[in-house]
Amino acid sequence: MEQKWVVFSLGTNTYGIDVQSVRSIERVQPVTRVPNAPAHVKGVINLRGVVTPVIDLRLRLGYEAIEPTDETRILIASLNQGDAGFIVDRANEVVESEDVRLEPIPESSRDMLSAHLTAIAKGEDKLFSLLDANALFEEQHAE
Amino acid sequence: MDVNEYLGLFLDESQEHIQSVNTQLLKLEQTGSQDAIQEIFRSAHTLKGMSATMGYESVANLTHEMESALDLVRAGKKESNQLLLDTMFSAMEQIEEMIANIETGGRGANVDVAATVSAFQSFIGSTPKAAPTVETNVFTADLYTDSVITQAKETGFEAFQLHVKLSDAVVLKAARAYMVFDRLQELGEVVRTLPETEAIEQEQFDLSFDVLFVSQETADVIEHAVSQVSEVECVHVTVYTSASSEPEVAVSVETGAVAEPKPKVEADEPKEQAVAQAKTIRVNLERIDRLMNLFEEFIIDRGRLERLADEVGQPELNETVEKIKRGTNELQSLVLTLRMMPIEQVFNRFPRMVRSVAKDIHKKVQLDITGAETELDRTVIDEIGDPLVHLIRNAIDHGIELPEVRVAAGKPEQGSLALRAYHGGNRVFIEIEDDGAGIHVDKVRSKALERGVITPEEATTMTDNEVAMLIFAPGFSTADVVTDLSGRGVGLDVVKNKIESLGGVVTLETVVGQGTKFQVSLPLTLSIISAMLVQAGEETYAIPLSSILETTLLDEADILTAHRERVFDFRGQLVPLVYLKEMFAIETETKTQFPVVVVRKGNKLVGVVVNDLIGQQEIVMKPLGTYLEGIPAISGATILGDGRVALIVDSNDLF
Repeated sequence: MEQKWVVFSLGTNTYGIDVQSVRSIERVQPVTRVPNAPAHVKGVINLRGVVTPVIDLRLRLGYEAIEPTDETRILIASLNQGDAGFIVDRANEVVESEDVRLEPIPESSRDMLSAHLTAIAKGEDKLFSLLDANALFEEQHAE
Repeated sequence: MDVNEYLGLFLDESQEHIQSVNTQLLKLEQTGSQDAIQEIFRSAHTLKGMSATMGYESVANLTHEMESALDLVRAGKKESNQLLLDTMFSAMEQIEEMIANIETGGRGANVDVAATVSAFQSFIGSTPKAAPTVETNVFTADLYTDSVITQAKETGFEAFQLHVKLSDAVVLKAARAYMVFDRLQELGEVVRTLPETEAIEQEQFDLSFDVLFVSQETADVIEHAVSQVSEVECVHVTVYTSASSEPEVAVSVETGAVAEPKPKVEADEPKEQAVAQAKTIRVNLERIDRLMNLFEEFIIDRGRLERLADEVGQPELNETVEKIKRGTNELQSLVLTLRMMPIEQVFNRFPRMVRSVAKDIHKKVQLDITGAETELDRTVIDEIGDPLVHLIRNAIDHGIELPEVRVAAGKPEQGSLALRAYHGGNRVFIEIEDDGAGIHVDKVRSKALERGVITPEEATTMTDNEVAMLIFAPGFSTADVVTDLSGRGVGLDVVKNKIESLGGVVTLETVVGQGTKFQVSLPLTLSIISAMLVQAGEETYAIPLSSILETTLLDEADILTAHRERVFDFRGQLVPLVYLKEMFAIETETKTQFPVVVVRKGNKLVGVVVNDLIGQQEIVMKPLGTYLEGIPAISGATILGDGRVALIVDSNDLF
């Protein structure tokens, strides 16, 4: 079955998220901080009248925080628990499954981060990890 | 047929019919009213039709049995009895469960209905299908047959149905059949045959045929006479009952009922409802929610427009904005009423529940409902059911005494439970009042002391009703308290929390020996509230006006310390201070003079220290979403006139 992923960057790494679960890609906008929320929860934004939580994906995946740039985007994903935004360094492109082949996550790199990854997509000049956004959220909720 | 398209409609209508059946069942039980039987029959019939169309056979089967049983009662062929009523009550419970299962994506096959079905069948008097009696119904009633049989009966004849089977070895089927008829003519008169007589004469039948026959002889005589014909393997004679006489025909009448044009049945039903309700249309809740959302955005833009108009200060612009404001205010109240529904929907399930709870524990309870037409926001309607169930169960279980205890206390044997709903201001009040034993306040007081819920000092100053309210305290939900207080402690803190999460308040009044009254007050609507916008550092928060007592200015020097807590003197009362910036970790400098928002929760007060008061405003409450659920002291969010999000402070968490 054909699949498509929105591919984005965090630092030097690239990730893909199922295009079906991405509602929109937003530019950076004022975020209202939510006190006493987990550190990676940047806050909430007004997304066309709906109050939507925004997660700093850098912090969530254990990267260092950086100041937003012109390229910083918020991926709005529709998840089991409702919509949420993920702040990413850059949204690159949409890749179709026919352009890549999927490989399992190498045993050696199984760490905290890879628990949210489902596969590695490789193609000509393409290499990115497939991210399971729902898993990111659910595990967080269980913590 | 795309079933999904109709699923919502099916679920809604099923609920309505279940509700209606339950109501009528209670009426039937109390008054034995014939109308109630008709109503139940109609609803069961519609339920059967709908569920069969939708392919939910388990529901269809059960309603079919119920309908068959009712048909006998309806036609006066059998008396309704307690067993039938109980069976119907449990059938409705099972159907409700099946519908719930269908609603969550199941097939409604989650309930084992065998016991209920056989209870119906034993009432009907028929053994399960495939048994010979089913053959009784080969002759569908028609006017001709009916009139012949009625006439025959009037002249002392009895109608029989014969099932004749010829032996496999038969050579001349038609001749044998002719001989059978010949014999029968000697004993009475053949009314009809199946297949038709001509077909039988032309040998157009297998080995068996059926005969409808009137005779003055007994079944045994007929059977004997026919079995004398050679090559007749067996003959089975049963008494035939037409639509206007006896039980077995139920199924055949039922087939007639199915053929009856459905719209007619449906048309009959709304007739009665129409008396109570005005014309309505069904609108998908999603559409209303979208309308609400759009309207909310519109309100936000209106706020923005007002601010801009203020800045510009152009009189004509101001006038126009003022007009828009008035218009939207009206629109607002109108839009909000769209989501309002009568609380009837929640109340409807209580009569049956009260009946079954009372029955289980051998108590006699008369439930009186008033104000079922009171309207509430749909969200509240959806959520308020469980807390009310809990309170009502409690009242029956622990409020109302056993009949003998009541009589001994000089009260009527039957306890009374009143359920009332009414509007007051912008709130809705729901009261549950019993005339039972009341709460033994002294027991509660000593228990509370023992458990450290209150101090000895408090124990002496608290009023009886205040002490009684302690049964809502979390520490009271333990087993030994349950027995002591006759169980009024069970999980009531959960009830209280639920009600409070809906913006409601629960209070109680009790008099030992006379009864207890719980009062629940709920906001009319949830989504638009008045709030005070406050600022701390760069951040803006909204505090619902409903919890604010007043705002005041405080000097650094006025702060006192008591028990290592910062307090201030508020009209002679020492009130603790909570700093918003500390609570929410906001980076901001402390001023020497600052506003304090005094909020209350019950009798307790807290002063919330903020940097600035922005002002009072109507805000639209928005949920923070599941992901951010449970953040302390935040109950939601709102969108401000400039498009930014401000969080709403849950002042209940400040205590």
